Amino acid sequence: MSAREQILGRLRQRKAAVPESEPPDFSVLTRRQWSAEEKLDLFQQQIESVHGEVLRVPREDWLTPLVGWLLQREVKTLLAPRQHEVGQTLRAGWAAAAGNLGPELKDYDQPIEAWKPTLFSEVDAALTSTLGGIAETGSLILWPDADQPRLMSLVPPIHIAVLDADRIYSNWLDVLRDQDWARSMPANALLVSGPSKTADIEQTLAYGVHGPAELLVLVRQ
Amino acid sequence: MTVDQTFHTRARESLANPQIRANFRNAMDGLMNKRTAAFQGWELEELRTLGAAVRQQALSRLPDLLEQLEASCERNGIRVHWATDGDEACRVITELCQQHQARHVIKGKSMVSEEMELNHHLEEAGIEALESDLGEYIVQLAEETPSHIIMPAIHKNTGEISDLMHAKTGTEPRRDVPYLTNAARQQLREKFMQADVGISGVNFAVADTGTLCLVENEGNGRLTTTVPPVHIAVTGIEKVVGSLEDVAPLLALLTRSATGQHITTYFNMISGPRPEGHLDGPREVHLVLVDNGRSEIWQDDELLETLRCIRCGACMNHCPVYTRVGGHAYGTTYPGPIGKILMPHLQGLEKTQDLPSASSLCGACGEVCPVKIPIPQLLVRLRREAVDGDRLHPSVVRGHGVKRRRLEALIWRLWAWGHSRPALYRMGLSVANRLRFLQPRKLGAWTRHRTAPVLAGKSLHARMARRNGGDA
Repeated sequence: MSAREQILGRLRQRKAAVPESEPPDFSVLTRRQWSAEEKLDLFQQQIESVHGEVLRVPREDWLTPLVGWLLQREVKTLLAPRQHEVGQTLRAGWAAAAGNLGPELKDYDQPIEAWKPTLFSEVDAALTSTLGGIAETGSLILWPDADQPRLMSLVPPIHIAVLDADRIYSNWLDVLRDQDWARSMPANALLVSGPSKTADIEQTLAYGVHGPAELLVLVRQ
Repeated sequence: MTVDQTFHTRARESLANPQIRANFRNAMDGLMNKRTAAFQGWELEELRTLGAAVRQQALSRLPDLLEQLEASCERNGIRVHWATDGDEACRVITELCQQHQARHVIKGKSMVSEEMELNHHLEEAGIEALESDLGEYIVQLAEETPSHIIMPAIHKNTGEISDLMHAKTGTEPRRDVPYLTNAARQQLREKFMQADVGISGVNFAVADTGTLCLVENEGNGRLTTTVPPVHIAVTGIEKVVGSLEDVAPLLALLTRSATGQHITTYFNMISGPRPEGHLDGPREVHLVLVDNGRSEIWQDDELLETLRCIRCGACMNHCPVYTRVGGHAYGTTYPGPIGKILMPHLQGLEKTQDLPSASSLCGACGEVCPVKIPIPQLLVRLRREAVDGDRLHPSVVRGHGVKRRRLEALIWRLWAWGHSRPALYRMGLSVANRLRFLQPRKLGAWTRHRTAPVLAGKSLHARMARRNGGDA
């Protein structure tokens, strides 16, 4: 008999039904709702409390503040999406915003196997879009795809995420329901709340243990 | 060496070690305060009731959900394997590694892999298994086991870790946490690039979408499940829930209960291997479902509640015994209160007979459990099973009756017999009263830190009777 048959067989053999609990009431999770303005404030407060940085930028000109931030950190190379709107906007306006001072733009256009050492050691920062944010926990929603692969938001030491202010939800359950995640999940979906961190050495917080040490959120308003 | 022979010895050693006591005391005090702060503004009781209900509902549909999970995963391209015990799970994983000629495996944190001693099995097969969670990496360098399920290296302080890394990896001996963390980052990045297979645990497995959820702060879990060409996830069969919505309350409870965080840095949801045309992610994803005694626990209505556990560690953070003796004294994969009710099931009571008694039954664990596992009641149940104490409730746990002593059983039978005969009881009491000067003053371990109890000159009965004007 296979392990599967043995396990399921033992489970099916139970004499009486497992005691049921009272039907779950999920309202405790969605009771706290905030206005658009409060959501942005709470999101910022939460993500800053875990070492994330927030820049509120105008929707029509978010490249100028971005370039300023990157120059301050002496970022030399920036990985950016090619097809997504944020990547196209960035690439179209880059020369005007950054002149010849700005970091060099890089493409993630080949399978990871072909350029692992380069990605791991020669890219300073990566910029990605987000599907929205969550105010209660200060989280960013990312669904990596062919244009914005999974390692973009993980391997370079700096991750810059573009978030539209009107896409901030109160809590994750609202996101699941509103965006109907149950219908079809991507190969990888992520909630990202701050830069990589650890407290495994005597409960002392340290950032960038495996992933980015810095997370910048550009909130477009 | 079995646990029962050494729990007391190990506990005594830890109690006599001021370093271990200070490390745990500081850490646990901090964690308790953070948890309290994180739940401020929440209707915590309501949230815990919801968490318990969601887990209980999933367990009530366990076989159906497992079949649904398997079908959804396979539909998504995740290959599902089943293992009745730890050895079988290790074999399945070793074979998968061998099929890919793997020499180097990188691991994310997984308690079930500790439970089945996976690293040991892999090493025997000539495969290097490296832990990538910083705490697990430290513990592995020290050739130890985790002392806490969330913070594996909590028993060590910065100085000890600095010395260890200096000796094993050649870092400078500096008590500088950012420096040590960065050194580990550099060492492990090389390993991530080389690894042939990544092995991770699973926090929640979602049946209807076929999604494996991983909760972490470091990003090592994401690297483990993304960089190597093959990802193997391993989990106990009880981790399955019906839907993503069911995960929402469990996630809200897990991170706040564990470390007082509103959420961890990364919440990673994996629903398949690298799709056609994508540029990263593993080409193959496997899920290994491990039973290892869980389907036995599941047969009993009371014991089954143990399986609601979401492995937050709040019970150990709040346990006065754990805080004093530390995680290693238990000598089991899962220490603290949850370990005391889980390990007897997994290993049998012969090997774990002292664990259910290693508790003051103060009830803190039950009060903080995010899914309302009645840990104190289950401890009492296991104590009863260890002595086969109650004919009305037949014992079922493997190794039950291991602590039953004929003399003790006889004494209790006489006690019951005497107490059900009023004349005999009164006579016995009066004799005992007169002979109370013969009572021993030293009663072994009991009187090492306490004075011996002394029988009162007059019984309560007699005094109440006199107060009411009667005659004793």
